[in-house]
Order: sequence, then structure tokens, then C-alpha cells
Amino acid sequence: MARTTSPPDPTTAGAGGSATGRDDPGTPLARRADAAGLGRARAGGFVLPGLVLIVLFLVVPALWTIYLGVTNYRLTGLAAADPQVVGLDNYTAALGDERFRSSLWLTLQFVLGSAVIGQAGLGFAIAWSLRDRHGPVRRVVEALVLLAWILPSSVVAFLWIALLDRDAGTLNALLGTPGMAWLLDHPMLSVILFNTWRGTAFSMMLYGAALQNVPPSHLETARLAGASTWQQLRDVVFPRIRGHVLTNLLLISLWTFNDFTPFLITAGGPEQRSEILPVYVFKIALSGGELGFGAAISFLMLLINLVIALVYLRTLGQRREARR
Amino acid sequence: MAAITLRRLGKVYPGGVRALDGLDLSIADGEFFALLGPSGCGKTTLLRTIAGLEVATEGAVQIGDRDVTNLQPGRRDVAMVFQDYALFPHMTVEENIGYPLRIKKLPRSARRDKAAETAAELGLTGLLDRRPGQLSGGQQQRVALARAMACHPQVFLLDEPLSNLDARLRLEARTFLKRLQRELGVTCVFVTHDQAEALALADRIAVMEGGRIRQVGTPVEVFRRPANTFVAGFIGSTPMNLLDAEVAGDAVVVAGTRLPLPEPARAVVADGDRVVYGVRPEYLDLHTAPLDDALSGRVVVVENLGSSSLVSLDLPGGDGVAGVGLQVVVPEGREPELGSTGWVVPRAGRSLLYRDGELLGADGGGVVGSGVVGAGATGGGVVGGPA
Repeated sequence: MARTTSPPDPTTAGAGGSATGRDDPGTPLARRADAAGLGRARAGGFVLPGLVLIVLFLVVPALWTIYLGVTNYRLTGLAAADPQVVGLDNYTAALGDERFRSSLWLTLQFVLGSAVIGQAGLGFAIAWSLRDRHGPVRRVVEALVLLAWILPSSVVAFLWIALLDRDAGTLNALLGTPGMAWLLDHPMLSVILFNTWRGTAFSMMLYGAALQNVPPSHLETARLAGASTWQQLRDVVFPRIRGHVLTNLLLISLWTFNDFTPFLITAGGPEQRSEILPVYVFKIALSGGELGFGAAISFLMLLINLVIALVYLRTLGQRREARR
Repeated sequence: MAAITLRRLGKVYPGGVRALDGLDLSIADGEFFALLGPSGCGKTTLLRTIAGLEVATEGAVQIGDRDVTNLQPGRRDVAMVFQDYALFPHMTVEENIGYPLRIKKLPRSARRDKAAETAAELGLTGLLDRRPGQLSGGQQQRVALARAMACHPQVFLLDEPLSNLDARLRLEARTFLKRLQRELGVTCVFVTHDQAEALALADRIAVMEGGRIRQVGTPVEVFRRPANTFVAGFIGSTPMNLLDAEVAGDAVVVAGTRLPLPEPARAVVADGDRVVYGVRPEYLDLHTAPLDDALSGRVVVVENLGSSSLVSLDLPGGDGVAGVGLQVVVPEGREPELGSTGWVVPRAGRSLLYRDGELLGADGGGVVGSGVVGAGATGGGVVGGPA
């Protein structure tokens, strides 16, 4: 950890140094690197157990997945006993597979619809409308939104099945539309609404905290100039909370991308119309037993995750530079 | 440019706190007006109600000949400078100054010209491309002023304009602000808790307490003739001496000493009235030799104020009453010895009498609603007669 804490320092000190002066980054850093006075060996000793656990449970499985991805390993049968290395066959097969591409497209819909638009949009809207409210209204709204976030997936999935059920569903009773099969007719929409409902709490809390950072006098200055709500958001609020917005989008995009809960509601159906990538991998690798092919798709997902993370982090980095 | 008229203005917060209590106030066109008072007196609420950031729960606000009581802040044609200046950190100085014009949909080139012109007036020319974080406190304040000026509002509202500056810069900014207001000739209302700032800057001052205005007047009026003991205690860098006294014929007895009765109060007091005798430390002369009709006491503290000193004396209480303190400002080189006895004489025409906290013999306003007022008003004219 002594080594992992020191690298960020030169970047911040260097960026600050360019504004103030260039003479300080060198010397104080050398001292700060060993602030606890442990020495390299003992510091390493403290860090070692954590590193071992990370290697054991993160790095090794990841490498193992990469290895599996180039084999024809199966859950059962001959290939389970004696897997053969097949090179990039799994990858070319996946990229050429119509089912994989449609699954990827559904996943993008899922991420855009439920995370970026649904959770982040609704979360911000709730946080904005509650920003200077205190007392029972705020507490009740926050409690309800948080409830969706803290309930276990299995319970939540059951609740939504009960809500959307064709014959005895609550929604059909409320709307007076008996026999409407929401999960069959609109599986993606159902899953997107479900995930929006489930995950909005996080965005709401994060934006709620971020909005506290916007000084009231800035908003009032804009109001005095005659700015509309939209102009206040554009000119005062968003420039102030851009970092929060990007961090939030990064986290919820990745979480949603890898979310498996929709499986509990639609099981990917009907006819794979709600089969997002995690569900697809599960079906291929565990239901279908094609572990090698499943591992290859997992690795592709990992790459897509990396790309999403890199795009957000780069945007965040540009913002930092722009503010200097 | 416009006058501001407040009629029976009231503001009750949802929790039931009454921040403004039926205020009536007229601020003239082009006037530099101060709202002065301790924390929580409602001065900031009043300023924000004029701005439209708070909505009055009763009464009316008029700017010029428009009733703006229910108008949005953006449509009142006022500009406000906040205590923290509220400059947008992600915009340059030029963009900050031009922001109200951008909202008014002026083209970019017009905004740029206007920003440059306003910046030049305030000595910000070289700083247009900087961001607020790269400016000093004084420069930030001038950018905030420039932003307020750029759209030529009818009224300027300033919330504690000098409180974020350090002491030396504050004096500089004070002079600058006063000159700027003179040059622009715009109606300007500012809030402060610092009585020295209010006295120095304002054409007129409203002293507030508990959501009400306790006195409105020019700095001279408010300083020389505070309308009540609250204002008397609040105004002045050293608070006024307020001593319990009793009227005895044509004199007033303070701590066992007969002092001349202040003239304006003469007609409204009767023999034996219990009153409060008020006189500023600056209007007292300290003598080291015994004098007739002078308050005498022991010197207990001498505080150096630079070109003068503040001397505290303990007056012995008359009739077994505990002693009272008295403060006197003496010029430099005249400081008495600690522990010595001093004799203090009030200057003619500078002492005041208060009864139930209100000034006696004030011009009309003093004691509202009692029969004595009539006597005071008519008696005021013949003050010279008996004497």
C-alpha cells in the first residue's frame, strides 16, 4: 500500500505545482512516502494479507476466465474431462452470434434506459425537488426510495412479479386491465422500470449530497438575473456537481451492466427478449454447460466495462484540467 | 433608479418566527441606505424581501411606481451583491460580469463590450480572462459589483458588503463603495451589523431590532439623538452611558449629583419622574480637580484607543445603592492615574433623557399615544421661556 498511495501524490502535487511553483514536489514527497515510519519491509508485511486475498479471489479467477475462454471446456461430457485449447474460436463465434449481438443491444438499452435516464434522471429530480425541504415529506420520500434499495433481490423480484402478474397482478387490478401480460408483452420495459425503481435511491442520495455543495447565493444570483430553472441548472448547478454526475454515472452504468436481478423476473424471456448479457452468460455457461464459450463472453463484458470506465474517467480528467 | 416604499411589510416564516413585523419605510431615489442591527433582527430578511428572494406574508413592496410584492426576483430590476460575492467559479471574470446580460439574451459581442466597459470603471481591465479563484478578495468584490452594475438595475442591494474583507482592505473598499454609489447615483440598500460601517457609508440608517425598525435617520441624528436606549446602546464605537436618574425641579439627579435638565425634555417631565440619563463617552469632559455639579468617581480602567483613551470610572451609588460605571473618552495626554478620583461634566446640549426606553422630547416621535406628547410638542416651542 505504501507504493499504491504514493503514485497519486506526484500528479496532484505536480498539477498544483504548475500553478504555484515547481520547487516543492520533490523533497517533501520523499518524507511523506513513509509517514508512518514503518520501513518498506514491515509496511509490506501489513499489506501482504490483503494482497494475497485479492490475488486469490480476484486475479486468479480473472486469469482463469481468460484461460477458459480459449478452451472448449464444458460442465459435463468429454470436454469436461479433457478440455482442448481452441484459440480465439469462442470469441469469433460470440461476435458472429446473433443471440450475443441482440443481448448486447438489450444490455445497452437496459443501461441507458434504467441507469442513465431512469436512475440518474429520477434520482436527480427527486433530490432537486427535495433540496430545501425538511421534515416529514422529505423523510417519507427518502425512506420509500431507500426501501427499494435495501430490500433483498429475491423479495423485490417477487414483489414485481406480484405487481405485474397477468391474472392476479396488482397493476392490472389498479388499471382495470385484467389479462394484460406485462412481462410477456413488454419484458424490456418492465425490467427497465423495475431497475429504475430499485436503484434510484443511490443516485438520489448522491445528488442530494452534491446539491448541498451548491451555494444558495449562486442560485439566487442567477434568479435575480432572471434565469429560469433550466438556466439555473445549466449555469450554476451542473458545472458545480459535474464530478458527482460523472462518478454516479460511472458507478450505476457498471452496476447495471452487470446486474443479474432481471433474471429473477423474466428469466431472459420471452424468446430472449429480455436476455441481457449477464443472463446470457448464465444461460450459456451454467444452463447450457458451455463454460469455455461463457468465459469468453464474460471476458468481452469485462472489456466493455473497461471501456465504459475509461470513457468516464477521461471525461472526469478533462474536467479537472479545464478547471486549472 | 427608483425609490423604494415598504408598506406594513411583514414576514412570518413557516415555523411561526416573525422576522419582519409591519414595517413602514421609504427609501428615496438615489439614496445610500443602511439596514443596521444585531444578528437575527430581520435586516437580511428585509433586504431579501426587497429582492424578492423571500415572499412577504403581508404588506407591500414598491420600487419606483411599480408594486413588486408578488413579482419574481428576476423581474424586479434589482441587483444584489452577496456576502460571499457568489461569483461562478467555472466562468471567467468577463463571463461572470456578462452573465445577467446573457440571461437577457444579448449577443456575445455586446456582452463582451459591456463587460469590458464595466470592468474598466472598476479597475478590473487586466483581469477579464481570469477565474474568480485567481483573484484577491477585493477584486472578487469588484467583479461582483461589476456584475450587478452591468445590467443597470434600478436598485442595488448589498448584503454585508465589507464583512469578507480584512480590516485594512475594508476601509479602502468602504471609500470605494461610497464614491461608486455617488457616481452611479443609484438607489442602494445595504445590510450591516457594524454600526461604524453604517455611519460611514449611509445617507440614512434604519436601526432594526426584533423585526421592527427602532429608528430611521441620518448618521448624525442616529448618533446624536438615538430615539431609544436600544439604539443608544447599539450605535457608537463606545456605547452611550445610560444612568438611572430622577427629575428634581430644573435639574436631574444622577448618582447623587444634580445635573442640568436636557432642554428638549424639560417640558415633558415632572418633578420626581424616574428617567434614564444618557450621554456619550465622547461628550463628557474629565477633570482631575474637584468641580461643582460634576459626577465624581474613581478611575478603574484606562483603555488606549490610539488618539484618545477610554476611561472607566466607578460612581458611588447614592442612598446606599450599588455604584454604577461611567465611561469617558479623554484626548491623548490627558489620561488620569488609575485609582485617582475624576470629576466628569457633560457638555451642554449633548445629554438625553429616556423614559421607558424612549427618548424624551424627541421631534414628534418619542412617546407615541400618550397625552404627554401634545404637551411636549407645544411645550417644545416655548423651551426658552422659563429659562
